[in-house]
Amino acid sequence: MRGRANRFLAWLLPWPAVSALVLAVWLLLNQSLSPGQIFLGLLLALTAPRFLTTLDAPPLRIRRPWALVRLLGNVLPDIFISNYKVTRAILFSGPERQAGHVLVPLSIRSPWSLAMLACILTATPGTAWISFNPQTGLLLMHVLDLKDADELAGAITRRYERWLQQVFE
Amino acid sequence: MIAIKTLPDWAALLTAFLVLAGAALTMIGAIGLVRFRSFYERVHAPTLGATLGIGGVLLASMVYFSVSETRPVVHEILIALFVTVTTPVTMLMLTQATLYRDRAEGKAPKITDAPPLPADVITPDRTGVRQD
Amino acid sequence: MSMTILTWSLMAAQFMLAIAMVCACLRMFRGPRAQDRVLAMDSLYLNGMGLMLVFGIVSGSTLYFEAALVIALLGFVSTVALAKFLMRGEAIE
Repeated sequence: MRGRANRFLAWLLPWPAVSALVLAVWLLLNQSLSPGQIFLGLLLALTAPRFLTTLDAPPLRIRRPWALVRLLGNVLPDIFISNYKVTRAILFSGPERQAGHVLVPLSIRSPWSLAMLACILTATPGTAWISFNPQTGLLLMHVLDLKDADELAGAITRRYERWLQQVFE
Repeated sequence: MIAIKTLPDWAALLTAFLVLAGAALTMIGAIGLVRFRSFYERVHAPTLGATLGIGGVLLASMVYFSVSETRPVVHEILIALFVTVTTPVTMLMLTQATLYRDRAEGKAPKITDAPPLPADVITPDRTGVRQD
Repeated sequence: MSMTILTWSLMAAQFMLAIAMVCACLRMFRGPRAQDRVLAMDSLYLNGMGLMLVFGIVSGSTLYFEAALVIALLGFVSTVALAKFLMRGEAIE
């Protein structure tokens, strides 16, 4: 009985997280919580994510939501700090600042965590994801100030990779 | 032209601070776009505006409209969500395109600092970019 | 008093965002390569969106929000299309 209920739920909501997001976006866009809008939003949330299945994306499973919160707690302060650093680099840096490419070994492999890390590194000013080689597990990235490059690999492992692993793998 | 509604002091000052901080960061990012010398350096500059710059302006707008219309106005979250999802994607695609074009011209990026590695890892045909 | 501060800081913010757009245009005209121009255009879109939001606060109308949303969507799609074009030489696969 329980198995059938679960299978029905899996058929109804192939992408539960995406459905929740669609509903939230619809309600925000219309700025209302009236029953009509909730009904339309639910309709959209039940139908729209079905088209994702045609993309052949690997299933999205968030194993530990708490680790995601910890990850965000690491990312947000880092964005503030790196904003400050890049501001200083733009306004006051002279020719002594060295920018360059850095190779960082990664241990995560799942597409979702790699995509998430790419977003985090690109959204943080001062670091940019350039390319990842799945065979060697090496990430090529560009850093605005090479002085920090030594700590960088450690910081990525410590602050992001560990939590990404707990969330997605 | 200016039709600002009167707000309580704290809301007015908070809005002023947030909008100034956001606009200033966006402007500094754009200055960096002009000042930096290479493309890879310039990629870092607009992310200033895309993270805290837009974030500040959006928060200011949320505070202003929530207080002046005395109801929570939070649909700015939509733009924040959209920008945080799309900016990394556009930046990634642009750097990929640049890498591809540089390599097509035989100018692979020089790696200045790296954990110890065999040199052959960095050769153009094996560095992760799909070559299809 | 605080309303005067708010008025002036809104003016200053519009001015700074306009300067940011001028800087982006400068980089767009100067290049030197196509990817620099696309990057500058992406930044131009983003700055324009910020300016729209400040206009919204100044005029007290939430209509500007929709304009900002449309600008964000258009900017994303056009930048992705251009990046794709730079990568392969053809925009549609």
